[in-house]
Amino acid sequence: MTDVLTPVLTDNWDADRSWTLASYESRGGYGALKTALGKTPDDIITAVKDSGLRGRGGAGFPTGMKWSFIPQDNPNPKYLVVNADESEPGTCKDIPLMMASPHTLVEGVIISSYAIRANKAFIYVRGEVLHVIRRLQRAVQEAYLAGHLGQNIHGSGYDLDLVVHAGAGAYICGEETALLDSLEGRRGQPRLRPPFPAVAGLYASPTVINNVESIASVPSIIGNGAQWFSSMGTEKSKGFGIFSLSGHVAKPGQYEAPLGITLRKLIELAGGMRNGHQLKFWTPGGSSTPLLTAEHLDVPLDFEGVGEAGSMLGTRALQLFDETTCVVRAVLRWTEFYKHESCGKCTPCREGTWWLTQTLARLEKGQGSAEDLDLLLDQCDNILGRSFCALGDGATSPITSSIQYFREEYLAHLEQGGCPFDPAASAVFAREGANA
Amino acid sequence: MIDEKTRSELAEIAARYPHKRSGLLPMLHLVQSAEGRITADGIRVCAEILEISEAEVSGVATFYTMYKRRAVGDYHVGVCTNTLCAVMGGDLIFQRLKDHLDVGNDETTEDGKITLEHVECNAACDYAPVMMVNWEFMDNQTPESAVELVDDLRAGKERHSTRGPKLVTWREAERVLAGFPDDLADEGPSAGPASLVGLAIARENDWKAPEA
Amino acid sequence: MTQEIVKSDLVTLTIDGIEVSVPAGTLVIRAAEEIGIQIPRFCDHPLLDPVGACRQCLVDIPDAGNGRGFPKPQASCTLPVAEGMVVNTQATSPVADKAQQGVMEFLLINHPLDCPVCDKGGECPLQNQAMSNGRGETRFEEAKRVFPKPINLSPQILLDRERCIVCQRCTRFADEVAGDPFIALVERGAQQQIGIAEGAEFLSYFSGNTIQICPVGALTSAAYRFRSRPFDLVSTPSITEHDASGSAIRIDHRRGKVMRRLAGNDPEVNEEWITDKDRFGFAWSRQDDRLTHPLVRDEESGELRAASWPEAFAVAARGLKKAKRKVGLLPGGRLTAEDAYAWSKFARVTVRTNNIDFRSRPLGADNGAEEAAFLASTVALTAPGHGGVTYGDLEAARTVVLAGLEPEDEAGAIFLRLRKAHRAHRTRVFAIGSHTTRGLRKMGGTLLPTRPGDEARALAAVAENGEVALDGGGVILVGERLATVPGALSAAVRLAATTGAKLAWVPRRAGDRGAVETGLLPTLLPGGRPVADAGARVDLAAAWGVESVPDSEGLDAAGIVAALEAGDLEALVVGGVDPADLAIGKKALKKTLKKAFVVALEVRESVFTEHADVVLPVAPPVEKSGSFVSWEGRVRSFEKVLDVPNALPDVRVLAGIAEERGRPIGVRTPEQAAAEMAQVGPWEGARPAAPDVPAEPAPAGLVLSSWKQLVDDGRLQDGDDFYRATARPPVLLVGQATFDSLGVEEGAIVTLTGPLGSATLPVYVGDLAEGTVWAPASSRAVSVRHLVGPAGSTVTIEGGVR
Repeated sequence: MTDVLTPVLTDNWDADRSWTLASYESRGGYGALKTALGKTPDDIITAVKDSGLRGRGGAGFPTGMKWSFIPQDNPNPKYLVVNADESEPGTCKDIPLMMASPHTLVEGVIISSYAIRANKAFIYVRGEVLHVIRRLQRAVQEAYLAGHLGQNIHGSGYDLDLVVHAGAGAYICGEETALLDSLEGRRGQPRLRPPFPAVAGLYASPTVINNVESIASVPSIIGNGAQWFSSMGTEKSKGFGIFSLSGHVAKPGQYEAPLGITLRKLIELAGGMRNGHQLKFWTPGGSSTPLLTAEHLDVPLDFEGVGEAGSMLGTRALQLFDETTCVVRAVLRWTEFYKHESCGKCTPCREGTWWLTQTLARLEKGQGSAEDLDLLLDQCDNILGRSFCALGDGATSPITSSIQYFREEYLAHLEQGGCPFDPAASAVFAREGANA
Repeated sequence: MIDEKTRSELAEIAARYPHKRSGLLPMLHLVQSAEGRITADGIRVCAEILEISEAEVSGVATFYTMYKRRAVGDYHVGVCTNTLCAVMGGDLIFQRLKDHLDVGNDETTEDGKITLEHVECNAACDYAPVMMVNWEFMDNQTPESAVELVDDLRAGKERHSTRGPKLVTWREAERVLAGFPDDLADEGPSAGPASLVGLAIARENDWKAPEA
Repeated sequence: MTQEIVKSDLVTLTIDGIEVSVPAGTLVIRAAEEIGIQIPRFCDHPLLDPVGACRQCLVDIPDAGNGRGFPKPQASCTLPVAEGMVVNTQATSPVADKAQQGVMEFLLINHPLDCPVCDKGGECPLQNQAMSNGRGETRFEEAKRVFPKPINLSPQILLDRERCIVCQRCTRFADEVAGDPFIALVERGAQQQIGIAEGAEFLSYFSGNTIQICPVGALTSAAYRFRSRPFDLVSTPSITEHDASGSAIRIDHRRGKVMRRLAGNDPEVNEEWITDKDRFGFAWSRQDDRLTHPLVRDEESGELRAASWPEAFAVAARGLKKAKRKVGLLPGGRLTAEDAYAWSKFARVTVRTNNIDFRSRPLGADNGAEEAAFLASTVALTAPGHGGVTYGDLEAARTVVLAGLEPEDEAGAIFLRLRKAHRAHRTRVFAIGSHTTRGLRKMGGTLLPTRPGDEARALAAVAENGEVALDGGGVILVGERLATVPGALSAAVRLAATTGAKLAWVPRRAGDRGAVETGLLPTLLPGGRPVADAGARVDLAAAWGVESVPDSEGLDAAGIVAALEAGDLEALVVGGVDPADLAIGKKALKKTLKKAFVVALEVRESVFTEHADVVLPVAPPVEKSGSFVSWEGRVRSFEKVLDVPNALPDVRVLAGIAEERGRPIGVRTPEQAAAEMAQVGPWEGARPAAPDVPAEPAPAGLVLSSWKQLVDDGRLQDGDDFYRATARPPVLLVGQATFDSLGVEEGAIVTLTGPLGSATLPVYVGDLAEGTVWAPASSRAVSVRHLVGPAGSTVTIEGGVR
């Protein structure tokens, strides 16, 4: 029986100067790289396939399979791009990982690049995290000096250059093809697929794009074996993952556990909801995953379990809201976010989020009628699956799910001619006893 | 005007990439560091170096929210008002700062010290409500702590990120984002307290990943 | 066997229950068009890369050809067909219909309801498709997105941002087709819009095409904005008069006035694109200096006075009769083939001379003899299917070598096709020229650096150039500027012969090629008949029913001018000639014109009409029917657009004089001329030999490379100041060493001096071969050809002031 929490990626975060090469290597860091360089690239791909690792950026695509799609007979250079553009509301796992242990990621990059035969890799990190970028820059510099990067790495004949690339503020760049356009110095707007990045990605060359946590998991898989990794988790959702608890919980923070843990268990570990309050609604994997409620506390947090509950595991960004929170306010704010971050390329997302925002804003003020809820749902129906990329889909998730679970609360706004909640009551620094 | 040193550094950025246009985002960060904002001259020089049109550079410079067309103060103060931070108090903090600084969103105080802006989720939700100063984390803020912070910054008092070094100016920060490190990587802790709560519980219970 | 191969390339799918077979790779939206199913669309354009942005063309795919359907509606403009695919459009699928209605509703929430004042109203894809695929009533009650009213993308192109649906057709055109990405998407999300960079306008020679492909009224021209409604306009297909491209255009007029011109759609020629000159250059024929009635010089006062047509014909005939055969004819290069034929026959039958030359332009030391031989031997009678090079050949070519030709400036449709060839088929373009031009860069081209005057040797060297590797899959395009370089056209002919590459001549003017076919040369008669060939003369005389045609080769253009000046010729019939193109100074020309009996056939006043004895107004192309023969040798016929009384084509005017002279030309209308030309037919006897002129060393010292840019001071561009304001500012380009020797900064004003005198220009560094400088031949601000000299002149530079 696996332990409740399984710190692997987070295991060295409490070490002294954990971000340094010395600290990382003192705990066996870069040992997996040595192991990897002793194997063939295909062995590495097989190991990652066998481990059952699925993408940790939200979509859950099997990582090893993604790597095996790289056409090795393609004469163009191959590229590895790390998606470190962590921007999905609620998601806050990659940033502390890169802050505390950038070498875990760097080692993962080297092993993964070796596997797909890339000689150039990029970490595309969102620009709004200055200190994380400093730590990544330093880690890469240290890795070069130690011979983990550069020409003929540890005499293996394998060369790799790694560039830390800072973005400039655009949620859409978390979408992998938008990220590629951005990394090519363009507006971050999603590309047509096909061709898929594995065939024609960065500079129209075969490219693997993986999330930070996926790549950071690779050294542990290579170091401990695929079997070790797949011994954790559930049948189709193997391994461990970082669960990020935020919101009205006593101890928000990062909890690394095997996939399949329940929110009930996590809240228990986190000391329960904040004093005297109850869970009202939560996102399982960021704001783009449909809201769930207290009735879903025992849903296993793996790809299948959350899917069956009508949502998505996403990035395991568990945002917890208690009964002081107005769901209409919460949903309006998310919708404003999607409107702000819509890249503008396609009509349903660009115009749809514009309209949704205005309709929701009206409802929040208590103006409108019950028919407006049907109008909202119809707008969502005209966005979902009609947009160019998943951003439009994500924008509809909070709306449709909140109307599903909290239609009465919307109607209450109309009945009362405004929001029935006191926004101050939901603040973390709210005076004791403040209530809805 | 972009001086010769900046121009050669811009070219240096472009040279880091297999295709030089990839350098555009960091190059625009450097333009901001040198010019205090994205200027027409900066756009022109980037276009020249990358051999693309000024319209194409302009299209990129206007797409990303970190690029500013108006001069930014010494300290860019971002208040997260995405849902979770807003609910947890971000809205109250932002309102308080607007009142206190007498500026609106994306405006700069008269002394040129502070530019206030509400920002989207900055991936620190476990520290909500969160503020960013020149893209450094200021975790677990309250309206009072926020006011104290901006007052200190305006008074020239040294302040540290809650998870990082002493705060540098916005233009200094932009230079780091352009890929010219400032040697402050070793400042600050490994992780903030919230990042470590799960690990601490595991340590208390002696929970571990299985042996290999 | 052949059929089987074709069949295996076909993919069969079912759209709305109808089976259709289309070539593999066809997009679903096009496959639907094949069977008459119109799927609404905005961003989609068959000549632009698919983008899938507007989402208007969503269809339901219950089976992608693999037995599985797509769970979500798919954009039919980005989805290639697959064998066995099942597509249900809005016609049969409620899902597709609702998806389309939903997208249409989204497009309209922020679209202003200003159709009644919008230029596009009545011809607007958004308006039309909102009617066919949208709901009647809006559900949107909130605030529409607004922008301050229009912004100028260039002096000519305006953008109304609130009308824009950001389909990116304009930006994709600018980037993909024209290679001028000076407009781009700027801002993001709901604020996303089309924009330019501060201080960098959308100055593209092809900018007007964006207006035409804009599916809403967001882009308008300063020239046409608010001038007319589409339903008040009468549209007539026509052909451009501005260059030898043969580009199809559409002329829209209202109440006797042309309001605008658009690109026609001719896949074999200009596809759907034209230059801004073709689009905006039409006001020239209605300027104040337009001639409206004949004038004759009053014998007593010596002044020009109005005359009736009969009187003018009579005076002209008398004057020409008096001059006997001491007459020269300079018909210019802008005639329709029918009018050119009339000039040709008028010279041979009425005046009985071969002193006729359409080439009023610099022709070099041999006065164009080598070129005339080249035209007679190699160019005349070639046409698509008859040894001519076509646009399609350019697109399919592996290699294209350009000499003496700058396609972007001188033949825009060729430039666009070569750029397309480079992008789509990796065609390699090599230019024998002075420097890497913007146009060459956009064609992905390589410069074969050549000093002006050295083109003959450069062409010869191509045969040995392994990088160019010119072979039977290649094309050589030579421009009219090669006429000034001894041996260059001969070398081109040799290069074509040794490599197997095809060879074509690309003149600048719309009538140049027709002039060759109709014999407006001192050595060539209609239908490619050489004057020197007795059999050809007899053949023509028989066809014309005259005793004979003049048997001695006539004077060329320079010879005509010189003979007039010397008094060896006594009369001149002239039309459509720019005096600056003649080898004679201004003062000498005036003196000569005063001395001679001059009959001028002109649309507008000129130095010739000023000094003419008889001025005969002729109709511009828009007021007559006719044909231009394109550089391909393709006959491009057009109908009369405006019926203007008193606007007679050259053929009618020349017929009038000829009849008065008692030597009629037998045709009075373009139609009659065309019929007779067909009857006379091409010469089927031996073709004259190609020229074989040896190369000569290029002149020493600094040599001027120069040509006319698209937007310049040409009179056919008069009348649209917005268009004129899009001209490229004139600059002097020099090589690095020359620049260094000047000791000035880039942008400094320097003085360029040549045979005619001096001009001042800002100097910039280019990749020019040493000993070479470049300046535009003619711009409104500084006309180098007038002030300094023609291309190939030896020049000096003195500099400069900042």
